[in-house]
Amino acid sequence: MHKPDSAPNHADLSQAINRQTNTRLTALFAEQATWVFLAALLSALVLGFATDTFATSQNLFNVTRNFAFVGLVALGMTVVIISGGIDLSVGSVVCLSAMVQAIVMNAGYGFFPAAVLALAAAALVGLVNGALIAWLRIPSFVVTLGMLSIARSLAMVLSDNRMIYEFGPDQALLFTLGGGATFGIAHPVIALALLGVATAFLLRWSQWGTHVFAIGANERAAVLTGIAVPWVKISVYVFSSLMAGVTGVLEAGWLGGVTTNLGQSMELAVIAAAVIGGANLLGGSGTVLGAIVGAALIEIIRNSLILLGISTFWQGAFVGFFIILAVAFDRLRALRSAQF
Amino acid sequence: MAVLKLENVAKNFGAIEALRGVSLQIEKGEVIGLMGDNGAGKSTLVKIIAGNFRASAGRMFMQNREVAFHSPLDARRHGIEIVYQDLALCDNLTAAANVFLGRELTWRLGPVRINDYAAMNRRAAELFQELKSETRPRDLVRQMSGGQRQAVAIARTRLSNADIVLMDEPTAAISVRQVVEVLNLIRRLRDQGVAVVLISHRMPDVFGLADRVVVLRRGSIVADKPVAATSPQEVTGLITGAIEHA
Repeated sequence: MHKPDSAPNHADLSQAINRQTNTRLTALFAEQATWVFLAALLSALVLGFATDTFATSQNLFNVTRNFAFVGLVALGMTVVIISGGIDLSVGSVVCLSAMVQAIVMNAGYGFFPAAVLALAAAALVGLVNGALIAWLRIPSFVVTLGMLSIARSLAMVLSDNRMIYEFGPDQALLFTLGGGATFGIAHPVIALALLGVATAFLLRWSQWGTHVFAIGANERAAVLTGIAVPWVKISVYVFSSLMAGVTGVLEAGWLGGVTTNLGQSMELAVIAAAVIGGANLLGGSGTVLGAIVGAALIEIIRNSLILLGISTFWQGAFVGFFIILAVAFDRLRALRSAQF
Repeated sequence: MAVLKLENVAKNFGAIEALRGVSLQIEKGEVIGLMGDNGAGKSTLVKIIAGNFRASAGRMFMQNREVAFHSPLDARRHGIEIVYQDLALCDNLTAAANVFLGRELTWRLGPVRINDYAAMNRRAAELFQELKSETRPRDLVRQMSGGQRQAVAIARTRLSNADIVLMDEPTAAISVRQVVEVLNLIRRLRDQGVAVVLISHRMPDVFGLADRVVVLRRGSIVADKPVAATSPQEVTGLITGAIEHA
C-alpha cells in the first residue's frame, strides 16, 4: 500500500518553501491600524478645510497632548488584550500613582524618589492583579474590576480625599515634564513616542512578545510547549500598571494638582482606543500603532465636535459608533477570509 | 535495543483500573499502531508515556535505563515528543515561530531576549525540506491547510531529535486528500529513525503505515502483532471483544 512519492522535486520544493505568501503591501492593508489611521487623517483634513481653528499649531499641540495620556495607558492595555485578558484597573492606577507622586513631593522630597515610589505602587497593583489571574486563575475582568475599586480607594485614603497642588522643591521639574514641550512637541507626546517604540519593539522582536501573542491565541499550546505562562501573564499586568503609573506622574505635572477623581472611567476610553486600533478582545492580536491611532481618532472626534460647535454630549455616541464599526469591520474581514 | 520499554504498567484512578499489566516494547524507526475503543485506555497509556500521568505500578525504560517522568517537559527532555490531536498551534504566529515555540533561538540585549528570526526561519525551512512539505516558515499558521499544519507540528518534534513521537489521531480532523500528505510526513519521520506511536481509529492508516499493531481493550493489551500477520477484520474483532485474544 506504499504510494509513490507525491511531493514535488527538491528544487521546486525549496523554492516554494522560500516564497512568502503575503507581500508587505497586502499586509499593510490587512492591518486595521492602517484604516483607522486613514480615517483619522481624513477627518483631520476635512476639519482643516472646514474650520480655520483645527489646523493651528496650538490646537494640534492640544490634540496630540490630550490623546497622549490615553495612548500611553493603551500601550499597556494592548499588551494585556493581546494576552487574552483585560485590565479595568488602569484608570484607578493612574490616580494612585499621581497621588503617591503628589504626596511624596508635597512632603518635601524630590521628583525622583517620588516617581520611584509612584511607579512602585503602580507595579505592585499590577503584580497583585497578575498573581491572582495567573495563579488563582480568577478571570482578569473580575480581578481588575475589584482592583479598580481598591486602587482608587487607596488613593483617597492616602490623600484623605484632599486636592494636592503644592509639590515641594521639584515642583517646576514636575510641571515641565508633564506640561512642557520640547521642539514644540508636548512632553507626554514624546513619552508616548518613546514608550510606543519600545513596546512595539518588545512585541515584535522579543521572546516575551512572542509568548504574549502565543498565550492570547492558544493558552494550552503555550503551556504544552513549555512557556512559563504564569510569569508571562504577571509581567503583562505589571507592564500595563507601569504604563498607567507613568501616565499618572505626567498627568500630575500637566494638571498641576491631583484629585481623587483623576483617571475616572479612563479605562473605557483606553479599551476603546485599543479595540478601534484592532486589538481583539478574544486575545491574540493587536498592535501598538493601532492603539495610538485609535486614541488619536477618539480625540480628533472630541476636538472636532467642539470646533464645529456640536454639543459634546454627542461625543459618546461617536466614540461608541467607532468601537462597533471597528469590530464589525473585523468580523466582515473574518467572514470574507472564511469563504475560501 | 528498545527505544522504549514498558513493564507491567498499571494505572488506577481511585477504584477504577484504567490500565493493568501493560508491557510494550518499541524499536528505533518502528511505527506502532495503537488501537482500541473509546475508554480502552489508549489515552491513559499515551499520557503515562508523555509524562502527564505517573503510572500506579510498573516500570518504564528508555535505552535500557529506567525513567520516570514528572511532567510533559520532563518527558520531552528524555526524547519523547507528542503531536496533540489539536496540534497545539498558535494561529497568529508564523510556521517557524510555532516550530520554535517555547524554544526560541534568541540573543541577549540587556535583560531582554531578542528572537533570532533569521536563524529560526532557516532551521524551520530545513525541517520542512526534510519532511518534503511545501510549508513556508514565514507564513501564518492561520492561512495553512490541514496538511501544512501537521507538518508544522511534526517539524516541532524534529527540533530536539526526539527518539519517539506520539501522534494522537493525526488524521481524524482533516480531509481525505490531506490524509495522504500526513501519512507521508509520518513515513519521513520513520525514515529518520524516529519511533512513532500512532493512535488512530482508522484501519487504513494503521495498516498502511504501521509495522505492528497493538490493541487495547478494557485496560489490557489483547494483541501485539506484526501488521502482516493480522487483518482489519481481526483487529476490529479484537477491539470490540468479538475475538478475545490474539
